[in-house]
Formats: sequence, structure tokens, C-alpha cells
Amino acid sequence: MNATTDKTASTASQLSSGARLAGGAQQKLLAFASLIALVIGFSLASPNFFQVSNIMAILQATSVNGVLAVAATAVILTGGIDLSIGTLMTFCAVVAGVVLTWGGLPLPLGLLAAIGAGALVGLASGTFVARMKIPPFIATLGMMLVLKGLSLIITGAKPIYFNDTPGYTEISQGSLIGLVIPALPVPNGVLVLFLVALAMAFVLSRTVLGRYTYALGSNEEAVRLSGVNTNAWKMAVYALAGGICGIAGILISSRLNSAQPALGLGYELDAIAAVVIGGTSLAGGRGTVLGTLIGALIMSVLTNGLRILSVAPEWQTVVTGAIIILAVYADQLRRQRG
Amino acid sequence: MRDLVNMERIEKRFPGVHALKGVGFDLRAGEVHALMGENGAGKSTLMKILSGVYQPDSGRILVEGREVMFGSPRAAQDHGIGIIHQELALMKDLTVAQNIFIGREPRLSFGRIDEARQNREARELFAALNIDIDPRRPVDGLSIARQQMVEIAKALSARSKVLIMDEPTAALTDGEIGELFAMIEKLKSEGVGIVYISHKMDEIKRISDRVTVMRDGEYVGTVEAQDTPISRIIEMMVGRALSDEAVVVPDLTRAETALEVIDLNRGREIRTVSFSLRKGEILGFAGLMGAGRTEVARAIFGADPRESGDILVRGHKADIRSPADAVKAGIGYLSEDRKHFGLALGMNVADNIALASLPAFANGVGRLDDGRMHRVARDFIARLGIRTPSEHQEVRLLSGGNQQKVVIAKWLLRDCDILIFDEPTRGIDIGAKSEIYRLLADLAADGKAIIVISSELPEVLRVSHRIAVMCEGQLTGFLPGGADTTQEQIMQLATDRSGLRQATRQEETA
Repeated sequence: MNATTDKTASTASQLSSGARLAGGAQQKLLAFASLIALVIGFSLASPNFFQVSNIMAILQATSVNGVLAVAATAVILTGGIDLSIGTLMTFCAVVAGVVLTWGGLPLPLGLLAAIGAGALVGLASGTFVARMKIPPFIATLGMMLVLKGLSLIITGAKPIYFNDTPGYTEISQGSLIGLVIPALPVPNGVLVLFLVALAMAFVLSRTVLGRYTYALGSNEEAVRLSGVNTNAWKMAVYALAGGICGIAGILISSRLNSAQPALGLGYELDAIAAVVIGGTSLAGGRGTVLGTLIGALIMSVLTNGLRILSVAPEWQTVVTGAIIILAVYADQLRRQRG
Repeated sequence: MRDLVNMERIEKRFPGVHALKGVGFDLRAGEVHALMGENGAGKSTLMKILSGVYQPDSGRILVEGREVMFGSPRAAQDHGIGIIHQELALMKDLTVAQNIFIGREPRLSFGRIDEARQNREARELFAALNIDIDPRRPVDGLSIARQQMVEIAKALSARSKVLIMDEPTAALTDGEIGELFAMIEKLKSEGVGIVYISHKMDEIKRISDRVTVMRDGEYVGTVEAQDTPISRIIEMMVGRALSDEAVVVPDLTRAETALEVIDLNRGREIRTVSFSLRKGEILGFAGLMGAGRTEVARAIFGADPRESGDILVRGHKADIRSPADAVKAGIGYLSEDRKHFGLALGMNVADNIALASLPAFANGVGRLDDGRMHRVARDFIARLGIRTPSEHQEVRLLSGGNQQKVVIAKWLLRDCDILIFDEPTRGIDIGAKSEIYRLLADLAADGKAIIVISSELPEVLRVSHRIAVMCEGQLTGFLPGGADTTQEQIMQLATDRSGLRQATRQEETA
């Protein structure tokens, strides 16, 4: 008897998640089709494009922006925005450098410190937004500048190298998958992106935090009047996003084998662009992690493909900008018709 | 009287909806023509076509006998058709005159705006309408009624011969309604034709000459307002005669007290309000707009702060500082504005029902049991008779009555046994209203303690076991429910300012 009810429950749950996926899939179809079209187009245009080594390079280039975009997705779904994610990433890298290189502490502590610092800063941003009612754009703009300054102050504007931490570069550059399947040398950075995205997709679609994230973006006042402590949940979302920025900080410093304090500004805009291309509404309440991943891939395929075709980097930026406008326009058209 | 407008065989389809099925409508110069029908009957669509917002799929529109085609609201305006939307569309940081002439500003050379002329013409308009508004002040801070006057002046400044008003009195006090009606009479006498959309039967009787009723996108009929009884108009609207059940007041003398409010205060809005509510009781809150009923409800619920006063739930003092505290104490609040304060419109029925109870569906690490959530939602859909294809439907696609039931389900699931309904049938079809009334009675019979705030006196009399009346922040008295209480008795208390004067005197002497 019990077994039967459980079974019905799990079938129902599968059904419901199926329905949700189907609804989201429609929204992402366009972005996904564009991605495929870009890949086919570049493959036809240059024989160098569709090579395992180049595909791996594209994926590797996606990893940092992808992780940041996953963080941005959560905040944007609440109807907010986080402009500090780029410089927060750098700040977390600096924290890792301070703990590992200057402090000489073991590697796991450095990673924990980076992620923890990210979560704390996110919590602070969340407090400004939720409790002190500072508009997210302003609060995180301020935070962006504060963090940029702090990174420069702490390091004296000089990079911190990780030469004394053996294996640090492996975090991003090595390939655990390649060890098992030598034909598939997927860099660890890509694996990390995949895991972060998977975890965030789970949180957003299957947990209380995720459901409130969508609900906040859909109608915050209705959620508050339902007796939900909206401030606390919103702060949790910003903290979660901050922690993920910590992971991005580890990835980028591992790739560069150093924490570069001047880096970071501008990364937030690339991440937000990926989120928007992936079909997430800046008004909140609508969007998915899968869409964001596709958005991030479109951006790096474009950059990589144009470079292979020897298009000047200046033009790559122009094209990326045009794609963002087109993507959002297409989404508008679809919504007006629907 | 000559015809200003003739609309013939108007067809309009939206994806999935046949909104207008060969509808006809005409308007004469100098008449008020009421357009009635339940929500979704097609009134607004028809008027949006007349004002150029939508284009018809087929059919003809004639203005003063000549066939016209409106490609945009601007084109309709050029033919003298103005519309005053239910939600006022003024720019609050601009001045009154700037709002009136937006898009048609008188110009000087080099594209400069002739502000002086703009202000002068606005002043002349207001003078002609007998209204005293300074054209140079910003719109921000004007009352809703005054903003509406500005909208009307704006429509008239474009030399409108046809004025469409969509529920113009929804947010007005009785005095302001009188002012509006005087203005409508004046416009009538000048030959302006007015299309008047409203749900309020008494208003229709008061000012309209003819009534056209629509139902499900179809034209039902046009009748003379004065010769037609209200019951006949309602019958035309719902397609059947409605039985009017009277409230049955249960004996609650031995029922335990669910909620006690003692000396609730906040500024001028809430002045020493005290009352108690028993299990199984429906306490109606009557009063005019701005009497403080919603403020009292929101203060009890913790949505707004209170200055002083105690709230006792089942005899124990409840420390309510936020909606979260109120919900923990078992109090649920159903706002009059469901779309803004009650529902996450883009989310589905199941999510909305579970919105106040999500943690109850989660395991230790916060993972949601969607299967259980959807089963519970299906139970409520069946129990409350929510008409929806499934629990996966987004709530924005449901009708007002069914949205209200979703909000009710949310609070029932959260096990709230004190429910505060603020205007529970606002925006809900007449047919669905009686269903909500029955639901309220059933909930009370189940032992829930219920407060119903309503601005419609017949509604207060229809549902309440006991009636509390407020005036300017004070509770001016209680009346028993049942057939013996009249609207006049309520109105007397609702306009009773004697207590207030006394209180003010006391403040002065103290």
C-alpha cells in the first residue's frame, strides 16, 4: 500500500518536472538553435573550428564566464541584479592567494576561504538590498567598486602567484576525465562549471530556496504577504551567488596561476549578457540555468569562431553586442505573439 | 438624436479566444450609453477597437455616418474619440497642463514649448468644467478623483465628441462620484456621447440613458435604462436568473473567541479600534472608502506597523510584527488586490497554493516534494471547485473568481483559522460571486473565524453574521447580521463623525 502511494508520488513528480522542462525548453529553443547554427556555420567556414582541441578550448573559455553567469542567473531571477560578481571573483582569488601563498596554509583551506569570502560579500550585498532597501543596481555597483579597491589595496596592486601551491593550476587546467577516458580531455574547469550548473539547476527547480527565488521575481509583495520572510530568502540568494563567484575566482586564478587584482571589471557584464541571451527575464521570475549555459556557450563560440576566421577582436565585441540585442528582441517578439 | 458612432458586426479573435462575435454598438450625441457584462464578456475589447488600440478582424465602424479605419489610438483621437482607462495613465512628475497636452504641445520656434499658452488653455478647460485645479502643479499628490478630472480634461482638449469611461468610479468616494456625475451631465448637455462601463447597478440607473449588455463576446441586447429593472439586466448578463439567498446567522453565544483586538492605533488612520471575533463567525466590516478598514486589517496582519494595541489569538497575546508572525499565529489575509498582493501570476496553481507552506513540503535539506504538492493542489481544486485545466496552469490565465479560490486554498493549506477577506468579490463576475459567498459560509461552518471587508453594502448584508462599521479610522458601531438590518442603518454609522469630534475635543483638552 505504502509502496504504491510512493510510486504514484514519484511518477507525479517526474511528470511535473517534465512539464516544467517542456515549458522552459520552448523558451530556450531559439537560443539552442542559434548555438547549433553558429557551430555548423563556423565548421563550414573553417576546417580548424570543429577539432577536439578547439572545442576543448571553447569549453575552457566558457568555464569562468559560465560559472559567473550561473551566479547571476539566481540573482536576476529574484528580479535583482548583481554588478559586483566580476570584482568579487577577483577579490575571492586574492583571498585564496593570501591564504595559500602568504599564509602557506593547505589547499582546501584556501578554497574554502575563497568560497566563504564570496558568500559573506554576497550576504552583505543581500543585506543592503533586502533589509536596507537599496536598489540592487546601486548596492552592487557600490560593492563592485569597494571590492575592486580592496583587491588592489590588499595586494599592493601586484599579482599573487601560486607557485608554492603545487597542483593549483590543475584545478582548472588538469583533466580528471582525461585520466579515465584519454580520448576526452575535458579540462577540470569545464567539469566544475558542469557541476555548479547542475547544483544550481537542482536548487532552482527542486528546493524551497529555488521556488522562492522564482516567486520573489514573480511577485515579491505577494510572497511577503503569504507570511514568508522574504528578506532572509533574498539574502540567501545573494549569498549563494557570492559563494559561486568564489568558485569562479578559484578557476580564473588557477588558469592564470595567479590572482590578478586589476582583473574582474567587465566580467559581470559578460555574465549578464549570457543570462539574457539564454532567455532569462531581467524583470525576474522567468529563466533557467540551462538557458544560461547555452547563452554562455553562444558567446564563447562566437568569440572563438570569429578569431579563427581572423576577424579583428574589436569586431568580435561589436558582434556580441548585436547578438544580445537580437536575442532579447526575438524573445520580445515571441512573447507578443504568445 | 443623431448617431455619433455605429459599430456593425465587429469580429475579433485572439490566439485561442474568439473575443467578439459579430457585435454591434451605437452611440448617440448627448447620451450616456452603459456597456455592461461580466469580466471577459468583451466590453473592453470592443472599446479598445473603438479607441484604436486594437483593429477588428472584420466589421464596420462609422463615425457620424462615415466609415473609418483606426490604425492607432491617435487616429481615433483625431476623429474625436477619447478613452479614459480604468488605470489612470498620467505622468506624475509632469504638471497638470503638461499632461493634458502631452504629444500635442503648442510650439514656439526652435521646438520650444509654449508653456504659457499650455497653462492658459488648461485653465480655460477647467473653468469650462467648473473644476478648480492649478494647471501648473504636478500631478503627483492629486487625489484619484482629481487625476480622473485631468484625464477627462485631456480627452476634451483633443475635442472629443465621444468619451469612453472604463469603471470611472472604482476608486472614488461618494462625494467625488457626485462631482463626476455632475460633470457627465454637463458634457451630455453639450452633445458629447459617453460610453460608460461599470459593474455598479445603482450608478447605471442614476446616469445612463441606454444599457447594452454583452456576454461571452456576443451582443445580448440594448434596453432603456429607466424602464428596465436591475434584475432583468443581471439576467441578461449572466444568462439566467440569480436566486438571492439571505444570510443565516448561527447561534455563536457559546463559540470560543478566536481573535481579540484591543485599542489598535496608528495616527489618523486607526483610532482606538477594539473588537472580538468568535470561531465560526463572519464579521463584516463596512464603511466608506478611506474609513480605515483595510488599514486595520493590514495592521492586524503585520503588513503595516501599528503604534499601539494588542492582538489576542485564542486568548493569548500574539506579538505580530510581520506577516510571517501573523501567519504563524494562524491569521491569513486575502488582499483586495490579488494580482499585486495575493498571487505570483506567472507561477502555476500548485506553486501558488503552496506559496505560504513551502517548508512543509521540503525534506531536511530543503528539497521539495513536488508530487505531494501537486496532489494537495488537486485536492483543493476539487474541494473548492477551482476551474482550471490542471494544477500546472499559470494563475494569470484563470478568471478572477478562480484566482480568488487559489488564494483561499493557499490559506486553508497553511491551516489559518482566522481569515481576513478584503473585498473578496472585487473584479469577480456576478455569477461567481454567489459561489464565493457560499464558500465563506462553508468556511465559517467549519469553525473558521472570518472578517469580510466590503464596500458594497448588499454584499456586507449578504454574508455577515455581525457588522462592524467604521468611519474615519474609528469603529462607530456594531449591527447584527440578518434581514432586519438595512443599508440605511449602516450608512448612518459609516458617516457618524460624532465620536470623532468627541475624540478630537478630548485630545484638545488633554
